[in-house]
Amino acid sequence: MIDFGYGLTPSSAIDLDKMDRTHFEILIRREPDVLKCMACGSCAASCTAGVYTTMNLRKGILLLSRGQEKSALEQFRSCMLCGKCQLVCPRGINTRNLILSILKTYSIQ
Amino acid sequence: MIYEGKKRIWSDYQKEIPDDHWFFARSCIRQNFNPGAENTMLDIVRNKLGKDFYETKYHTTCGGIAYHSDVIPQETAMTIIARHFALMTEAGYKNMVVSCVTSFGLYSEILETWKEFPELKAKIQQNLWDACRKEFDTPEYLAHSSDIMYKYRYPMSEQAKYPLTNVHTGKPIRVVEHIGCHYAKMFPSKGVGGAEYPYVLSGLAEAFGGEIVDYPERRHCCGFGFRQYLVKANRGYSLSNTYKKFESMEPYKPDVIITNCPGCNYFLDRWQYVLSETNGKVYGENGYGIPVLSSEELAALVMGYDPWTIGLQMHQVAVEPLLDKMGIKYDPAKKYEGANGKQLPKPQAPTLLKCY
Repeated sequence: MIDFGYGLTPSSAIDLDKMDRTHFEILIRREPDVLKCMACGSCAASCTAGVYTTMNLRKGILLLSRGQEKSALEQFRSCMLCGKCQLVCPRGINTRNLILSILKTYSIQ
Repeated sequence: MIYEGKKRIWSDYQKEIPDDHWFFARSCIRQNFNPGAENTMLDIVRNKLGKDFYETKYHTTCGGIAYHSDVIPQETAMTIIARHFALMTEAGYKNMVVSCVTSFGLYSEILETWKEFPELKAKIQQNLWDACRKEFDTPEYLAHSSDIMYKYRYPMSEQAKYPLTNVHTGKPIRVVEHIGCHYAKMFPSKGVGGAEYPYVLSGLAEAFGGEIVDYPERRHCCGFGFRQYLVKANRGYSLSNTYKKFESMEPYKPDVIITNCPGCNYFLDRWQYVLSETNGKVYGENGYGIPVLSSEELAALVMGYDPWTIGLQMHQVAVEPLLDKMGIKYDPAKKYEGANGKQLPKPQAPTLLKCY
C-alpha cells in the first residue's frame, strides 16, 4: 500500500435499503409529535446547551429518522431539559417530552 | 432503463451538425495525457472520410483550467478565446470544433454571455485589439470533437474492421459511456441528447455494435473537479467521486469505458491505479483494470488502427484485455517501441494492477 498523502473520504450517502428504523418506529408510536418536526432549527438556535456542546435537537431528529443512532444519541446527554426549545417550536412539539422519550426508547441513561 | 422513453428525450436534443469545413482547436491537457487521440481523429476525418479540418500552430490553451481554478478572471479567458476566434476568422472558417470538453463548456459559456451582455463583447474586442491587433467573428457553429465522431459514426462503421463484438462469446462488447460534465450539464441544448441522457457516445458505441451499460452513477462526475484535484488537501474528494462510479459500475462488468473529455479519460484511468494501491481493489477481470478510451481511440480501434500507433500505451490501465475480446491483432513487443524503432524502458509495474 502506498501513502499518496490523500485518500478516500467516507461517503455520507444514506442507503435506504440498509437503514434500520426499528427504534425510530417505536419512538413514533410513543411520541407521534416527532413527525411534526420540519427541521426549521429554532430549537437548536435557542439551545443553551448547544452553545457549549454538540446538542442539536433538529440534527438529532434527522439522524434518528435515518437510522444513524450512533451519531445522534451522544449529544442528548448534554440536554438540561430547560425547555427553551419548546417555547420557540413553531409546530408546538413538546420537545422536553420528546427528548425524554428518545432517551427511554434508545435506553440512554 | 426504459429505452423508448430515452429515445424520445434524445430526439428532443438533436443538433444539426455541419458536415464539413472545420477549424480544429486542440486541447492543452489532452496533448499531454493521450497525445495520439487528436492525431488519430484528424487522420480519420481527413484521410478516411475526406473532410476538411484546418488547424494552426498559433493556437494556444483556452485558459479553462486556470479559469475554473480561480487563477484568471473570466475576462482574461474571454480574450484568449477571442484570439482563437480571430485565428479562425483569418483562416476563413465559420465552424469551430474543440477537442476538450472544458474548452467546449467555456466557449459556449462565453458565446452565451456575449449574447446577454454585448457591451462585454465590445470590451473584449477592444482588449484583443490592444493586445495583438486582431479582430474576430464568432463561429457560426461550435461543436465538440465527440459531436464530430457522432456525426460520422455511420461512415466510420462502414469501414469497421473490428466491430464491438466479443469474438469469444459472440456478444456485444459492454460499453460504459462517460460524458464530461461541461459537455451538456451547463447548456443541455448544446449536447446531443441533452444533459440527462446524452446520446453522443451511446450513439457512437451502438453504431459500432456495442452494448451500452446503464448503471446507477452513470451521470456522476468523474471527480476531476479542477480545485478538487489541483489542491492536494482536496484530492481525496476527487478520488472518492471516481471510487463511487467504479463501485456502481463494477457489478455490470463493463469491458471498456469511453469518454469525451480529456480530464475524465485521465482520471478514470489513473485513479484505478491509485485505488488499487490505496484500497487494494481492481475493477476489471483477472487483475486488470477497465480500459478507458476516448471516443476517437475507440473509433480508431474499430477501424483497424494499430493500438500502439495511436498511443494506447499512454494509458495506465492496460488495453490488452479489450483488444483480445475484439479480436484485434497486436504485437506486445511493440508496445514500448519508440517512433524511431528504439525500445523504450518498460514502466514500473504497480503492486496489484496488471499493466502488461
